[in-house]
Amino acid sequence: MGPLVPDILSNEFSFVVALVIGIAFGFVLEQAGFSTTKKLVGLFYGYDFTVLKVFFTGGIVAMIGVVILGHFGILDLDLIYVNPTFLRSALIGGGIMGAGFIIGGFCPGTSICAVATGKIDAFWFIIGSLIGILIFMEFYPSFEKTYFADNMGNLRMDKYLGMSQELFATLLTALAILAFFFTQKIQNKVRNDQSVYPKEKKIRYSIFAAIPFIIIIIVVLTPSFEQHIINKANMVENQKSAKEMTADKLAIDLANNYYQINLIDLRSPEKYKEYHLPLSINIPYDSLQNREWKNYFKQKYKTNIFYSDSIDIARKAYVIATNIGDAETYILHENISEFKKQNLDTHVAPVSATKEEQQLVEFRNETARRILDLENKLKNQMQPAKKEIKKVKGGCS
Amino acid sequence: MQAKPFMNPYFAGFLLGLVLLTTIYVTGRGLGASGGTKSVVTSLVKNVTPEHYSTTKYYQQGEAEHHGNPLKNWLLFEIIGVFIGAFISGVISDRVGLKLEKGPGVGNKTRIIAAIIGGLLFGLGSQFGRGCTSGSALSGMAVMSFGGIITMLAIFGSAYMLAYFFRKLWINKQN
Repeated sequence: MGPLVPDILSNEFSFVVALVIGIAFGFVLEQAGFSTTKKLVGLFYGYDFTVLKVFFTGGIVAMIGVVILGHFGILDLDLIYVNPTFLRSALIGGGIMGAGFIIGGFCPGTSICAVATGKIDAFWFIIGSLIGILIFMEFYPSFEKTYFADNMGNLRMDKYLGMSQELFATLLTALAILAFFFTQKIQNKVRNDQSVYPKEKKIRYSIFAAIPFIIIIIVVLTPSFEQHIINKANMVENQKSAKEMTADKLAIDLANNYYQINLIDLRSPEKYKEYHLPLSINIPYDSLQNREWKNYFKQKYKTNIFYSDSIDIARKAYVIATNIGDAETYILHENISEFKKQNLDTHVAPVSATKEEQQLVEFRNETARRILDLENKLKNQMQPAKKEIKKVKGGCS
Repeated sequence: MQAKPFMNPYFAGFLLGLVLLTTIYVTGRGLGASGGTKSVVTSLVKNVTPEHYSTTKYYQQGEAEHHGNPLKNWLLFEIIGVFIGAFISGVISDRVGLKLEKGPGVGNKTRIIAAIIGGLLFGLGSQFGRGCTSGSALSGMAVMSFGGIITMLAIFGSAYMLAYFFRKLWINKQN
């Protein structure tokens, strides 16, 4: 599951990746015509809208791609870098950059492409941008307040507008296609271009324009990867496959081999805090699919044992966990209060009890004593060893 | 030899989108450009005036991120790649050659000064915008970042608003 850096690929190796990606990026930009100011500035005078077409198409293809990869569980959208929003700074910065664009004729990326193909003006643009960055860094203390004003966090546009990401992708795609259509009209007018488009070309472009919408519809209609696993967990025949463990067996394991098992409480953190079985950790049922718990379900050293208020939740959790990884998994046949009552509370055998019954009571009392003793000794070790989630750092600043 | 025509813009955009998507899948972050330039500036300051570098707050804040070597920067490697990729593309399409490009009727000196001022503004603005057209606008759009899209609108909005005043740099006076 992506992203590959820094969990799967090392940061050192990522520099090689950076070089390769850069080559592809530069190649495409140059092929698109971004190495000449004539094309870049044409956008602002209406004679050439290439930049708009390339830029918007690129942004939308990547955006829809991210939606698809996230939907099918190939890319973890919680981990990718979302540029943070500092509203005032973003507006001021954008305004200044726009001025730089119209005066200088490039932006930083395109100036590098242009200098690579021998444009002398691009060289001076780069020198200028070095100075601009230097000014910012040298006078940073006076900019600092503005720089951090109106912090809105890693806000996403779809969240801001209160809509699903699929709907936002649809709207932005529609907007882009409308923009392509009308800017083409403007361009033809400015250039005095009277040429009529052949029908074939019109059909071809319409088909291409429809593709993103079809993809979004498919995404909306198919269950996401996460939902797919939940659907599986809700099916009774899958729940039947859950391997059960009796309370007495668990008590023996806890008392003797506690280091070989993960006893997992599926209830909410509040309930867990209130009371939980000794030596258990808390993974709320709703958060089972979170990346941070993956290491519990993908390992072959320890046995996972689920328990909850009801065995149904444990059964579902069993299906989910075994779909995520192949760790040995059991569910506790009894619920939490049954286990506590039978195996942790101290009992006295009635006088009329048979010898076997007396032995059972003694055995339960003895294991209970050992478990509670262990819990006391291991108190500090039982905090769940959360997998540390490395958020991707990014940005251009 | 005649330079080959540019690629169909929509196809180029599609390829650009794939490059960006691959980048996000592999690294969890988008593309960028100004960040690479910045690491060069930081490194220059560090080597030319080490004393000033060690007493200035901004550089010391950055120190923690690049662990003492500002050139060990993902975006710097990326923009070196951009240079190579653009050069390869230019060679393939016969577009490489020393040239000072400018609008009709603009002197060399004017063009160079405008390029420096434009670059300076872009460099400064990219710091406020936490990225330029690549890092903030394009990559921000791919992950639906509110700030990225706002920055993008501000860049193009401001360029359109100012276009009239700088028209003499780019197009004939009659227009």
